[in-house]
Amino acid sequence: MSYIRPNFRHPEKERNERGYSIRNYEGALSTLCAGCGHDSISAAIIESCFDLNLEPHKIAKISGIGCSSKTPTYFLGKAHGFNSVHGRMPSVTTGANMANKDLLYLGVSGDGDTASIGMGQFAHVVRRNLNMVYIVMNNGCYGLTKGQDSATADKGSVSKAGVPSVFDSIDLCQMALQLGAGLVARCFSGDKKQLIPIIKAAIQHRGFAFIDVISPCVTFNNTPQSTKGYEWVRDHMAATGTIDFIPDRSEITLDYPAGSSRTVTLHDGSELHLQKNGADYDLSNRKAAMHQIESVKEQQKILTGLIYHNETKLDTHGKINTVDTPLNALSQDELCPGSAVLTDLNAKLR
Amino acid sequence: MNAVKEINKISATNDFVIRFANVNGSGSASANNLFSQAVFRLGVPVSSKNIFPSNIQGLPTWFEVRINEQGYLGRRGGYDFVVADNGQTMAKDYQELLPGGYFFYDSSKRLPNSFSRQDVVELGVPLTEITNTHYSDPRHRQIFKNIIYVGALAYLLDMDFTVFEASINTLFAKKPKLIAPNIKALKLGFDYAEKNHTDVCQLNIHRRDLNGEQILMEGNAAAGLGAVFAGATVAGWYPITPSTSVVEAFEKYCKAYRVDQDTGQNKFAILQAEDELAAIGMVIGASWNGARAFTATSGPGVSLMSEFLGLAYFAEIPVMLMDIQRTGPSTGMPTRTQQSDLISAAYASHGDTKNVLLFPSNPKECFDMTVAGFDLAERLQTPVILMSDLDLGMNVHQCDPIEWDDSHVYDRGKVLNEQQLTDLNARWGRYLDVDSDGISYRTIPGTHPEKGAFFTRGSSHDEYAAYTEDGEVYARGMQRLLVKWDTAKTLVPTAEVLSDGADIGVIYFGTSAYSSQEALDQLRDTQAIDTMRIKAFPFGSEVDAFMADHAVVFLIEQNRDAQMKTLLVNELAIDPNKIISVLNIDGMPITAEFLVTEIQNQLDGLAGNRADKQQTSGGLL
Repeated sequence: MSYIRPNFRHPEKERNERGYSIRNYEGALSTLCAGCGHDSISAAIIESCFDLNLEPHKIAKISGIGCSSKTPTYFLGKAHGFNSVHGRMPSVTTGANMANKDLLYLGVSGDGDTASIGMGQFAHVVRRNLNMVYIVMNNGCYGLTKGQDSATADKGSVSKAGVPSVFDSIDLCQMALQLGAGLVARCFSGDKKQLIPIIKAAIQHRGFAFIDVISPCVTFNNTPQSTKGYEWVRDHMAATGTIDFIPDRSEITLDYPAGSSRTVTLHDGSELHLQKNGADYDLSNRKAAMHQIESVKEQQKILTGLIYHNETKLDTHGKINTVDTPLNALSQDELCPGSAVLTDLNAKLR
Repeated sequence: MNAVKEINKISATNDFVIRFANVNGSGSASANNLFSQAVFRLGVPVSSKNIFPSNIQGLPTWFEVRINEQGYLGRRGGYDFVVADNGQTMAKDYQELLPGGYFFYDSSKRLPNSFSRQDVVELGVPLTEITNTHYSDPRHRQIFKNIIYVGALAYLLDMDFTVFEASINTLFAKKPKLIAPNIKALKLGFDYAEKNHTDVCQLNIHRRDLNGEQILMEGNAAAGLGAVFAGATVAGWYPITPSTSVVEAFEKYCKAYRVDQDTGQNKFAILQAEDELAAIGMVIGASWNGARAFTATSGPGVSLMSEFLGLAYFAEIPVMLMDIQRTGPSTGMPTRTQQSDLISAAYASHGDTKNVLLFPSNPKECFDMTVAGFDLAERLQTPVILMSDLDLGMNVHQCDPIEWDDSHVYDRGKVLNEQQLTDLNARWGRYLDVDSDGISYRTIPGTHPEKGAFFTRGSSHDEYAAYTEDGEVYARGMQRLLVKWDTAKTLVPTAEVLSDGADIGVIYFGTSAYSSQEALDQLRDTQAIDTMRIKAFPFGSEVDAFMADHAVVFLIEQNRDAQMKTLLVNELAIDPNKIISVLNIDGMPITAEFLVTEIQNQLDGLAGNRADKQQTSGGLL
């Protein structure tokens, strides 16, 4: 277990606009290793949902198999969760979303779950632009089976086993971009200040939002030569900017130096302020975003932050033109044609 | 050329088999359907089998039509009349024709000398010449050539021509320009045959009134329609022969009945998945979230879906799956029929799993059992698999009309709504067996702000859905699933038993029903036989009783390994030696001829054994 939660909190402390305390967003105690990056991501999800005043029971958290996929137990205890089968979170989430478009779908997966066994489903959920948040807790290794390299382990990266990875790695952000994701971001689990606003933006984004969170495996892949270890990532991060998420109707104003900040407005009026640093590019330009990832990679660095945002595409429901009412709320009367149509139908079959 | 006079011609009215040999992709299917539909509209029972290749264009395809006024709709075996429209198979088609039969061919080119049978009637019609004379567009020449032979058949088989005219009028009601050229083609064929083959053919199709309110429908269309009536809203699917037309039918009927008149928006979501794994994953996600969802596939798809089926079984999520079986193993013969997925479907997935199976025998049952399947899946919170097959799914069958009882209310099973959760005093457990029927109460995401949330998982869980590695708790859950299995036995459709106290019993299921009934009518002339048609797995007590009540039971299946026998022996305390399997595995619908021969041989053997006072032994095949 990675942390002991205080068992007493002041009842009046920290209630959000819905009257929920942070406790309403927490889950069971984590059983992951102490110091696991995944627990930081869980904490960031909890804080994001609290800050956004979400109703916990209107969230569905769905995962595959692996250390990362265990985490939905550790946040949002009042939300339904579904720990499905290895690599298949996207299809389960797709079906769930088709049944009820009104819930928030929080998909949690790992690098093995997404970049290997689940690659096909990952690719297709992106191209359908399913309205969901897809978080990959990316540690470059298979933790639950004791540290084998995953497909996101960089070539030359050395895990606890001591053998450098000989294969090229898969960059999930580049894949998501290529496949048409509307929001693409990469974060580091150790950088809460960056992670929380991006999770919030992803939640508010309509369509497919992808966050690749580099989340070190303290047990099997945290060596000085591992490109997914705390040390290496801290030393090699190149952020797209410092980020603040401004929810709709908020009166908070931030003082950004003129000409150096950028604002991304989401469909519900929320805004994401990005104080840029480093090379500048148009965040809504897929080609430029792709180029930026490659350029930073050439410098042996990892591009983090919001990499791409474009909310203009229809989500899956929009593409297949479903009714506004969630399909699981339609009554038998609305669904069953009844005997009235059968006279005509049978007649046509004679 | 043979001398017609010497031939002992087959002579029959409303009782013969005609086989069309065509090239696939040539438009012959429409013409052949026009013919079989005309038989039906003349009030004569008809069944047709499309024997097609796994190919889009250019390979041989056959269309067998059985006309039988006694109402036998199974494959009979043997051909009385062949329409030879495919050069590639012509020699074989010629050889396979029954003695005294009729060989209809395109006489624009004379038959090779090797076609020298003295016992068949050759009926030449210069189809190519006629089309080339009357049509200039190459596509028209192709299409109308087929219609011309249908016109010739109308004369040769003495069919009422007005039926064809009426069919063409209905068929092209929305494209009236096509009516006249089609009728013209029919007449060209009719007139040629009338002039050149006057009164040669002694096979007739004469008007009767035997079809009543019956309809012609494919099983897959009926299953798709059933899913609409059952209130399915989500379909995830991956194309695979012979199941594809289930979802196509679902979409067609949804577009007819499920589009909001005001907004044009759809009250359904159909997603073509990336593979069968994703298709069943979508179904599980949607069912978990409270929608009725289904997918359709065939054997290879069931193999791919197995892991997910195990999840649905263990996490107790309703799943409606239609398995339109084809010939396995592996890719097998993708366009041939079989009943060979019984075991892979019944016990799909690793670990101890069992799934509910339904066995429809005709399109109406595809409809009814699809509707029942959705109710069962939600009542039992488990996968239900409709075990159709290629013969039933893709061939047009004559059956009773589709019916719907407007007082039928969907059985959504044990689902707690917001009020029920609020009112709940005791601690709710997702996997608690409150009612002692093995079925627990479930909740749908988003229902209640405080109560009812739980973590669905394929890992072992306790009664409150919490992860556990406590062996006792795990075992308790697995045993409860067996209690639920016992409940399922009381809910699934019961077997159809016809019992007159005979010692001999015959069991059949699915599409074997057609030929079995015909074969039994013949066998019963000399032997008292009771029958049972199995409609579902798990087996109800009536199946147990039937096995106990009969000394010898013939079990008819369309697979090699007697898979239904395996299920019976595995699930019931019965003596496997009393079962004699009758198995057909050639990928073609089983015939009455085959069944009569096989069963009669066995019966003769049994009688011989009895006479010798020897013990009979089972599993003779």
